[in-house]
Amino acid sequence: MSAADTLADRFDRFEDTPRWLLDVGLIAATMGSIYLLFTIFTFVGPAGGTFGTVVANLQTITFWTALYAMMVLALNLHWGYTGLFNIGVAGFMAIGVYAFAVLTVPPTGSPPGLGLPLWVGIIGGMLAAALVGAVTALPALRLRADYLAIVTVALSEIIRLTLLSTKFESFTLFANLDYEVRGVEILPDVALGTGAGRGMNIPVNPSIPVKSIFYTNPSNPAAGERTAVGEVVLGAFVNAGVRETVVVSLAYTLLLIGVVALFYWLLVRVGNSPFGRVLKAIREDELVANSLGKDTRMFKIKVFMLGCALMGLGGILWEAQRGFTDPTSTTFRPIQTFYIFVALIIGGAGSNTGSVLGGALFASLLFQGPLFVSRILSHLLNLGDTPSSFAAAIGPVFALEVGPLLAYAAGNIEELRFVLLGVVLVYLMQNRPQGLLGHRKEVAASVPLIDRDGNRPRDAAAADGGEGDE
Amino acid sequence: MTNACMSGVDTGSLASVRSVVVERPKLALVGALGGLVVLDLLFRLAGFRLFVGPVGLLGGELAFERLLTLLWDGIVVGLGIGLAGIGLSMTYSILRFANFAHGDYITSGAFAGWAVAWLIAGFNTGNLSDNVGYLALVGGAPEGPSSSDLGINVLGTPLAILAGLVVAGVATVALALVLDRVVYRPMRDAEGISLLIASIGVALALRYLINFVFGASNRGLTAGGERLILGGVNGKIALVNKRSTLIVAQNDGPPADAFYVELPVVDLGAYSAEIISVTSVEVTLVVTSLLLMYGLHLLLQRTKLGTAMRATADNQDLARVTGIPTERVVRATWVVGGGLAGASGFLLALERGTLSFNLGWVLLLLIFAAVILGGIGSVYGAIVGGVLIGLTSSVSLVWIPSSLSTAAAFAIMIFVLLLKPDGLFGGVRTA
Repeated sequence: MSAADTLADRFDRFEDTPRWLLDVGLIAATMGSIYLLFTIFTFVGPAGGTFGTVVANLQTITFWTALYAMMVLALNLHWGYTGLFNIGVAGFMAIGVYAFAVLTVPPTGSPPGLGLPLWVGIIGGMLAAALVGAVTALPALRLRADYLAIVTVALSEIIRLTLLSTKFESFTLFANLDYEVRGVEILPDVALGTGAGRGMNIPVNPSIPVKSIFYTNPSNPAAGERTAVGEVVLGAFVNAGVRETVVVSLAYTLLLIGVVALFYWLLVRVGNSPFGRVLKAIREDELVANSLGKDTRMFKIKVFMLGCALMGLGGILWEAQRGFTDPTSTTFRPIQTFYIFVALIIGGAGSNTGSVLGGALFASLLFQGPLFVSRILSHLLNLGDTPSSFAAAIGPVFALEVGPLLAYAAGNIEELRFVLLGVVLVYLMQNRPQGLLGHRKEVAASVPLIDRDGNRPRDAAAADGGEGDE
Repeated sequence: MTNACMSGVDTGSLASVRSVVVERPKLALVGALGGLVVLDLLFRLAGFRLFVGPVGLLGGELAFERLLTLLWDGIVVGLGIGLAGIGLSMTYSILRFANFAHGDYITSGAFAGWAVAWLIAGFNTGNLSDNVGYLALVGGAPEGPSSSDLGINVLGTPLAILAGLVVAGVATVALALVLDRVVYRPMRDAEGISLLIASIGVALALRYLINFVFGASNRGLTAGGERLILGGVNGKIALVNKRSTLIVAQNDGPPADAFYVELPVVDLGAYSAEIISVTSVEVTLVVTSLLLMYGLHLLLQRTKLGTAMRATADNQDLARVTGIPTERVVRATWVVGGGLAGASGFLLALERGTLSFNLGWVLLLLIFAAVILGGIGSVYGAIVGGVLIGLTSSVSLVWIPSSLSTAAAFAIMIFVLLLKPDGLFGGVRTA
């Protein structure tokens, strides 16, 4: 049907090559093409092509790819594996980030926190997201898919509005409970807060360990010195024309890629386990799974919690590394959930490799691509100033002058990007709802399906990887 | 359990209460909570506080006038939401999917209607010639006459309001039909969830196209309208049109030159307070909504089209077998649902006095809450649900800060979904 089909078919022809190797090859080929494209973009772009700018741009692309791949994999567990239509992803991310922040921000901070170490914060953030997931899942999973969708999106709005409410800007736990046992208060007052609209500073965050590789004072690099490693690595890159901050971001991006690999591995393990087979059975037909004696509600709650924990971790790695968060952050806007959904649908729900590919294609072509293209267009066509309103842009069109309209479009590329996103979503749902890789078969048996002659009966005992075959 | 018994005591027989608690624990719980809320409201109105130790358990302060204002606000917003929800409910029952783009249909209608209203008002005030672009963008451009220069209000410029309302409806109908042809019709046989995802795509494209054309600013629309205030003046109940008149009357006696009508009711002693204030835009919204709802009721119950719609909602295959042109019914659904969505968008923007490209998206969840509360698929359920959601988010201000009132409405919706997923009018589809 499309180029992607033939590509996938061509890969399917490598019968004897292990599946994982093909997947790695596919991801590498995709990333290679994306890198090539953005290298070209860099060379024709306003900043021009040097080693420094190329590295900086490719770093940006990889960073967003890794973030989206991470979130898409987590969502794949819900929607792809189990068929749970969760559109409250942003809310679970916010829970993870705020739990992390409340746990790690020092008690002297404003708003104050508990001042616990980083790893406690990460585990706590994941647990909090999982718990909120359980609270949502316990009752909501009985509902039909469209009701679950509305409940999850409403929940993510409740979370966002609560974080935004000045009611919880700063508060004190146990303030009214002064019970003393032998002069020692058993529930001491604990000052906490969300900072409401003012946001929260997060001094202890996931970027600190990465920065500590390069700097002796990771929370404020300028105040300290470079470490031995930092001296060598930073020195080499800076000599090659790469900015220091880009190198540090690159190191953090490598960490993210590691986490993506971890998520991927975890999902493959889950998917191939007996637990994962029940999940796929629930997705295909919950009634059948139920009548075969599986307590499908329990399975759904567990997988919902696991997915939410991963979303919480993703949120922490995404948002907390900036060192600051507030409820209006782009990371938590409801739109974020739809970004992640679009990425999953591009890649193909149910396929882990598809999830990573979807994350990569979304982050590069749909998310960053339009920005690059608009910058290049305004650079090459010399569009001049952006008209102040649509009226000023459309007026000259009647005089057959499209320049102002183009300049207006380039100046408001972020809005047009959403329009493009919507159009892509509609197009995919109409023409290829299974995405790029959602059509692939996944072997569902736990024993090797090789008959005595050594042939793999490819289509026997296989479960659909996604929405079903064409 | 104890709570349930407490609220049930006044119903009399303890045995029947026990059977309700045992057999329908959820109902008992909701009844208990509802009873508590009502009890607390009564305590607050009476200014009575129930303490257990140092902790205030129930009651507090609540002026009767404030409750009345909250109720009126809730009804106004609720009717707007109910009107907007009808289309959502109809598309759900006939096309069988939750249309996430519905909120943006509302925004589209509001912008189309207000562009026309502004152009007419600009013509009236002689501002049209230099500012066509500005007026058509509802003030999206940087310079032009302000909303108070245009002076749009229901009594002063009824033509602008009426034309805006009609255009809002018609434009949204056209939009809904085009989108149906392009997006939904090729997917007629797809599952509900695929259609839902496609509608999210439509929502994104539509909202940001509006943002692209009209800009992101939150613009003021009207010059503020007339208002009618009912108040107590030293024991007399009077109608005035300005807050200042009421204060003058309370202090120095009835003024001679201002609008002041004393109502022939019993003397209430020294009672002096503002009871309720009703603005012209609120009345416009309420009256128009009720008229449109009554028209829809007649359409559904009295015409052949209405019967066909109800039949299609009930069982599409059976309807087709009996010779009902279902595709035409689907189009009629978009026409009615889209028209009401556009009109509600125009009216809600009128009531708020401001308009931004986020209007419908922000309202969408509240509308979903209303529709689900009433029983998704039921038109009357959508109206009742809308009023209940409006009242909830308004009266909840008695207990929680305003920043959380929307969250409270969503929480109510989630509870309804959990306790009674079919909603109040559940099982009745478009009847």
